[in-house]
Amino acid sequence: MKRSGSLSWLLWLAPLVFLLFFFYQPLLAIFRQVFSERFNQGWNFFSWNQITRPLLFTFWQAFLSTILTLLVGLPAAFLFARFDFAGRKWLHTLSLLPFILPTVVVATAFNTLIGPRGWLNLILMDLFNLTNPPLSLLNSLPAILLAHVFYNTSIIIRIVGNAISRLNPHYDEAARVLHATPWQAFREVSLPLLMPSILGASLLVFLFDFTSFGVVLMLGGPQYATIEVEIYTQAMSRFNLPMAGLLSMIQLVVTLLITLAQNRLKNPRFGKAAISTEEKTRQRPANRMQRMFVILMCLLLVLLFVSPILSLVSRSLVTLEAARAERGEFETGFTTRYYTELFQNRSGSIFYANPLAAIRNSLVYSLLTMVIATTLGFLTAYALSRSGKFTRWLEPLFMLPLGASAVILGLGFLLTFNKPPWISGSFPILIPIAHSLIALPFVVRTILPAIQGIPNSLREAARVMGAKPWKVIREVDLPILLRAVIVSLAFSFTISLGEFGASSFLANVRTPTIPVTIFRYISQPGALNYGQALAMSTLLLLTSAAGSLLIEKIRLPGEELF
Amino acid sequence: MLRVEEITKDYDGKPLLKGITFEVQQGELVCLLGSSGSGKSTMLRIIAGLEEPKSGQVFWNGEDYTQKPAHERGFGLMFQDYALFPHRSVVENIAFGLRMAGRTKGEIDTLVQKALISIRMQDFANRPVTELSGGEQQRVALARALAPDPHLLMLDEPLGALDHNLRTELLKELRKRLHDSQKPVIYVTHDQEEAFALADRLLLLHDGKLVQEGAPEKVFIQPANAWVASFLGLGNLVPAKLVGSNCVHTELGQFEIPTLPDLQPGLECTLLLRPEDALLGEKAAAQPNNLRASVQDSIFMGEYYRLELLVGQNLLQVNSLQPVAIGGTIDIAWHGSTLQCLPVEN
Repeated sequence: MKRSGSLSWLLWLAPLVFLLFFFYQPLLAIFRQVFSERFNQGWNFFSWNQITRPLLFTFWQAFLSTILTLLVGLPAAFLFARFDFAGRKWLHTLSLLPFILPTVVVATAFNTLIGPRGWLNLILMDLFNLTNPPLSLLNSLPAILLAHVFYNTSIIIRIVGNAISRLNPHYDEAARVLHATPWQAFREVSLPLLMPSILGASLLVFLFDFTSFGVVLMLGGPQYATIEVEIYTQAMSRFNLPMAGLLSMIQLVVTLLITLAQNRLKNPRFGKAAISTEEKTRQRPANRMQRMFVILMCLLLVLLFVSPILSLVSRSLVTLEAARAERGEFETGFTTRYYTELFQNRSGSIFYANPLAAIRNSLVYSLLTMVIATTLGFLTAYALSRSGKFTRWLEPLFMLPLGASAVILGLGFLLTFNKPPWISGSFPILIPIAHSLIALPFVVRTILPAIQGIPNSLREAARVMGAKPWKVIREVDLPILLRAVIVSLAFSFTISLGEFGASSFLANVRTPTIPVTIFRYISQPGALNYGQALAMSTLLLLTSAAGSLLIEKIRLPGEELF
Repeated sequence: MLRVEEITKDYDGKPLLKGITFEVQQGELVCLLGSSGSGKSTMLRIIAGLEEPKSGQVFWNGEDYTQKPAHERGFGLMFQDYALFPHRSVVENIAFGLRMAGRTKGEIDTLVQKALISIRMQDFANRPVTELSGGEQQRVALARALAPDPHLLMLDEPLGALDHNLRTELLKELRKRLHDSQKPVIYVTHDQEEAFALADRLLLLHDGKLVQEGAPEKVFIQPANAWVASFLGLGNLVPAKLVGSNCVHTELGQFEIPTLPDLQPGLECTLLLRPEDALLGEKAAAQPNNLRASVQDSIFMGEYYRLELLVGQNLLQVNSLQPVAIGGTIDIAWHGSTLQCLPVEN
């Protein structure tokens, strides 16, 4: 083992060089941008108000979103962990779907539900004979909150639900025979035991809400800018790069602090003692109260998860254009025109975004991301699985990219690689590279537990029977890891296909991705643009859903993605 | 005191308890004995109020407790896995029930100190329970269950999670503590040695019904049916048929049983041949019911040898005070008065 141990630094080499060049260099560029400005002009490129306003709003909306997500997620986690009912499995799968959905799809879906051209307004206009949409829910805080709840409830269900179903039911029962009322038993025993997972999940939700970009950009409108959106606006519309850099640094520090706190909470304090082994913790609702709870929660979850998705799909197949002459009248009807339009070439308009090219580009980027992320992730996971001084020293270096958001990555790339050969070539290699960096942590977290899960005795048994080291890997490790690798491939493909933050910085008019194109369509007036955005979102939705189902199917139980 | 009446309960759509009725008197220690999955623990949980029976009632001093919530019953229950709260110390675990019952802080402190002394764990007061050994956890769990002074104490396989040596040691301690407490106790176990050592009365649960109840000696001497004899490991069980008066026919041959009550000939029953009552060698040859057996194995058990014998197709176990050569043959017999004919289980 000594010899291969000394060679293990070779495993590090490729991922390390990749990270240094494509992650730490851009990060450094952001720092340089900000601090050179400090020396040149004494930091007069901003007023404090410009920073505190988005910062406070980011905290505020993340806080509200987290509270609301907990309000829906905790009962839902309890529902799935403790009750058996018809359709449970189906609803559970459905509730995990949003996590993998691209932000643009979610934003578009909510647009079709509550936007000015959405179902809710159309129905109201039809009912009350109105000329204008009565509800202006889009570009509002509630729209952002709603989308965040939709997104992150799955995290609470997954983490807290897991903790509830693994909590030994004897604790609660022991408390109740010791004179505790059901409420006291919950407050004194179950809640403290679940608290680490609830806090951990909440921090993760907060982190995701804090760094939310696409949803806020598309549903919040100009007056509701979070830091991420402000970074994008400062860099892409105001060309104030030092300002964007400064915001990025603040964002990075805050997210790192949250991530650190979250990692500290992740390890359960009570170990195996608190985990039930054989007890069946799920049961059919036993009385009327429980039946009511199950029914109401199911309704709420179906409403929350199904209505935006259903709304998107149905709206993409229906023409709903106000008839010019008459007030409050619509021509409605089934249409596939939005889909067929995607494949027509109409390069006349200035705003024209070529959907076919976007689909082709996205597929190519995704395939490249799949290969790069899985290869590097595999090497990283293998290197991390070897214990040693070197590993401990390097590990934080690999985990830092988790704290950096896609938008910061996009900005860093813009600052670092805005020169030949990176932008002069006909192929925008930067996009799949950025996507690989974003997918890398997920890949490592999928493959690492699989590697660590292989008992060393298997390898030793193979070696005793005369297998050479590389044969041990081929005969023992690889077959076991194949599953994790397939999950990683699906994961990185899906992530790349839906990635919006970094792409919005890096994709230009000639090299759009699907999400970027959807964003362009939906930002423009006209029913056809709207319809095409919906059609593309639906296609992306279906692909992501398929990817997520595939991942759920072959993922080994017990692997945590967060 | 406690009375349960006609309790039934289903599990996964199948009947688990099919009408259980029994009583527990003040200061009485009752052992509920049965194989795993027989519904013993479920019976305890129904009495504790953690589960509702499908039908039937639980009475305490004549009052119907069936619908009473668990926390108002004042019954103590000790779980097989102890269920000590992992986020609380030894003291906090013991104090929990007192605190929930609304005792004053002064009272709680005094009672917890007393409890700690009684389990000789004063030095462990502020330790996290997750750092205790199995035996220590068992003691804390018992102290926690007893601290709020429950009307009735129930223990679900309290020694089940411990290794053999510790069990023997803790069994003695438990016996003393339970008898000293003067409380009615229901003790659930699948281990007949534990039950014999502790119980004032045994309740044997099989196939959802109580098949026998009575003092341990009585059950040992007169098992109600073949299942009881087999579950308690009383000896060799051989299918038999009554032929005429005082005589049964088996694959091993005819056996004369003078004490057999007058029953209809042709009745199927099970013959119990206790290993410790077997007569061997010359003593056997003088008996009417003697058999010739080949010795398959002889296992040294300390005070005796356990012989494995083959008679025809039947394997029999008998005890011998002398070693016997393996591979040889030996005469064995049972005195008619030591034989029992048990009803077949139906």
